[in-house]
Amino acid sequence: MDVRSQISMVFHLDKCIGCHTCSIACKNIWTDRKGAEYMWWNNVETKPGTGYPSKWENQDIYKGGWEKDGDGIQLKGAGKAKGLGNIFHNPHLPVIDDYYEPFTYKYLNLIESPAGDDQPTARPISMITGEPMDIKMGPNWDDDLSGSPDYARNDPNLENLTPAERDAMFDLERMAFFYLPRICNHCLNPACVASCPSGAIYKRGEDGIVLINQSVCRGWRMCVTACPYKKAYYNWSTGKSEKCILCYPRIEAGHAPACMHSCVGRIRYLGVLLYDADQIERAASADDTEVVGRQMDMILDPFDPDVIAAAKANGVADSTIDAAQKSPVFRFVKTWKLALPLHPEFRTLPMLFYVPPLLPVMASVKSVDNSTQAEKMNETAKYWPDNWLYDTTTKSMFGTIDDARFPLQYMANLFSAGDTKEVADRLKKLMAVRLHRRQVTVGDVQPEAVAAALESTDLTPQTADDIYYLTSLAKFDDRFVIPAAHREQAIELMEFAGDVKGNTGFGFKAGTAKRGP
Amino acid sequence: MLNLFLFVGLPYMAFIVCTVGIVYRYRRKGFTVSSLSSQFLEGKELFWGSVPFHIGILVVFFGHLTTFLVPRATLAWNSIPVRLLILEVTAFTFGLTVLIGLAALMYRRFTTPRVRAVTTGMDIVLEGLLLAQVVFGLWIALGYRWGASWFASDLSPYLWSLVKLSPETTAVFALPWVIKAHIVGAFTIVLIIPFTRLIHFFVAPLNYIARPYQQVIWNWDRRAIRDPGTAWSPTQPRNN
Ligand code: SF4
Ligand code: SF4
Repeated sequence: MDVRSQISMVFHLDKCIGCHTCSIACKNIWTDRKGAEYMWWNNVETKPGTGYPSKWENQDIYKGGWEKDGDGIQLKGAGKAKGLGNIFHNPHLPVIDDYYEPFTYKYLNLIESPAGDDQPTARPISMITGEPMDIKMGPNWDDDLSGSPDYARNDPNLENLTPAERDAMFDLERMAFFYLPRICNHCLNPACVASCPSGAIYKRGEDGIVLINQSVCRGWRMCVTACPYKKAYYNWSTGKSEKCILCYPRIEAGHAPACMHSCVGRIRYLGVLLYDADQIERAASADDTEVVGRQMDMILDPFDPDVIAAAKANGVADSTIDAAQKSPVFRFVKTWKLALPLHPEFRTLPMLFYVPPLLPVMASVKSVDNSTQAEKMNETAKYWPDNWLYDTTTKSMFGTIDDARFPLQYMANLFSAGDTKEVADRLKKLMAVRLHRRQVTVGDVQPEAVAAALESTDLTPQTADDIYYLTSLAKFDDRFVIPAAHREQAIELMEFAGDVKGNTGFGFKAGTAKRGP
Repeated sequence: MLNLFLFVGLPYMAFIVCTVGIVYRYRRKGFTVSSLSSQFLEGKELFWGSVPFHIGILVVFFGHLTTFLVPRATLAWNSIPVRLLILEVTAFTFGLTVLIGLAALMYRRFTTPRVRAVTTGMDIVLEGLLLAQVVFGLWIALGYRWGASWFASDLSPYLWSLVKLSPETTAVFALPWVIKAHIVGAFTIVLIIPFTRLIHFFVAPLNYIARPYQQVIWNWDRRAIRDPGTAWSPTQPRNN
């Protein structure tokens, strides 16, 4: 057992309101620079939709991630032979138009144009060439466009749905969508690291953050192809690749990453997971159906004395073990089994987990009678002439998961390599918690029904309350448990503190003459 | 006097500037060392330029290098006319490949606004120099046969004499101007390597072949750090 610690994340999708505050926070700090304008280390997509870059999930186009090769795995579009062979021209490299051409407007025209008959306009100009351009795409171009022929219907996750299922999803009056915020997953088997010919990309041992050394990157651009999530970006101006750094300077100082700190919906959680690095290969090379399960197996119980002993022997600090025990991520992912990784079939073992959204699933497509419900509401609230749009009767809430408005298969394609059972298990738990809380707060649900729901999902009322607390009420310090040790040792990640040991005051500005051996 | 500068002064200057420049830039200005690929801005035309150019120039470069390093072996190989012919034809073909690739790259650079946006003056100087170099090279191959042999017998000794610090220049001084221009061009390119994107040739990622795929870097020696006895042992982090 090779116990290592990983800073990992949970995003609770039912809570995301699609406000893009996270993206802006990240952009302001890190990517508001020449060559990086088009990069969104954090972006929020509308699902169903094609995402950013367009259709990134379709690895027939982008050749990202790992694929099975006999018993083992190999990189789909990069690696030693393919990477070096394609070094002069990488046939699988996305180009800027797959993202969008960054633009601004000639605002000065509004002020400086000479007087004339026409209203002056601020024409869009390209931030690459400075020439006027027609904007064809921009950040979140498919925002909220569920059902649109260009975006939603081209979602790669629709591939194995039946035409009937697809049509049902995009029926105008029943259409639904949800938001999918994405950052680099800081994977355990990162394809970007494996693909880098220069060895510029590495995973930090202490906390698992994946970084690109800007002085070593030579712009061979293989990571852009290899990352199946398209979270390694090529800076066209500096000729170096860049990616999300999980705000490591903030994490080292004990602050939450900017996207998480600013999250309006409070959907984001960050904490330590202890995992067994010896199992990476086993999990990454599992069959599609087993890859989620094996990844969950790798995550170790931080309360288990054996794990603690092995962690200590491996140099994991006590404060990190303590943080692992308090980790909200551990609870969501392992204890409650509520969260799943995005596209585990890419086999990079992503360490960002998502609580799948219940909402579009729950809203039933069945025609139901809401009249009793409506009677309890006040005059304004009860005006809801459609009986079929939202099933607000509490009776059938639990049953709706199986004939949901979003086919479960769609969710499974996103979060569990197509295995609907994994997704259904999680959604049922979420539903049971809702039923329980409904009973506690409103009281219009049969207690027996709640008890049955909790029992069938292996939850106790106490656990359901805990889940409710962490989901809805959790304070900042509950959501972000950052290992304390990093604060005082942060400098050691940058330089070796032993070098200045014994120096006085601010230290020596220049080295003295060497004395002695 | 000019000859002396071009064939004795320039080569030494080029060698020194190139070596010092590369070491300095690599160690102190690592952030500037990149292939500066523009494939991300334009990917289709690049294929028809970059691939022939790189393959061609690698073959031509290593061909020149071999003739310089082992002139006797080259002469021995060339002693049978068929083999000489094969060598010359191969070299010419790859020279032509370089020309085609370079022309495609230059065409792309001048006609694609996005690529122009990442073009520096140095890129144009370099492409101009390379173009002249290739054209002269092809001209020499056609007009002054057989280069593979007289390079080995006349130029290789001159280059070796430079290496041995006792320049023998009689042979070069007597060469036709095209060949002289080709030689001066070569030294000039060597001279400007550290100031151009050509430096990416020296960071070709050959170590990738032997490297394990995954890389984990520990800032601390994770096992020793819990041991008070070794915590201060001077191990520098490897990543900066
Ligand atoms: S998400 Fe992509 S860039 Fe991030 S660690 Fe995984 S493979 Fe690398
Ligand atoms: S800030 Fe939070 S709620 Fe808003 S889009 Fe980002 S993840 Fe969603």
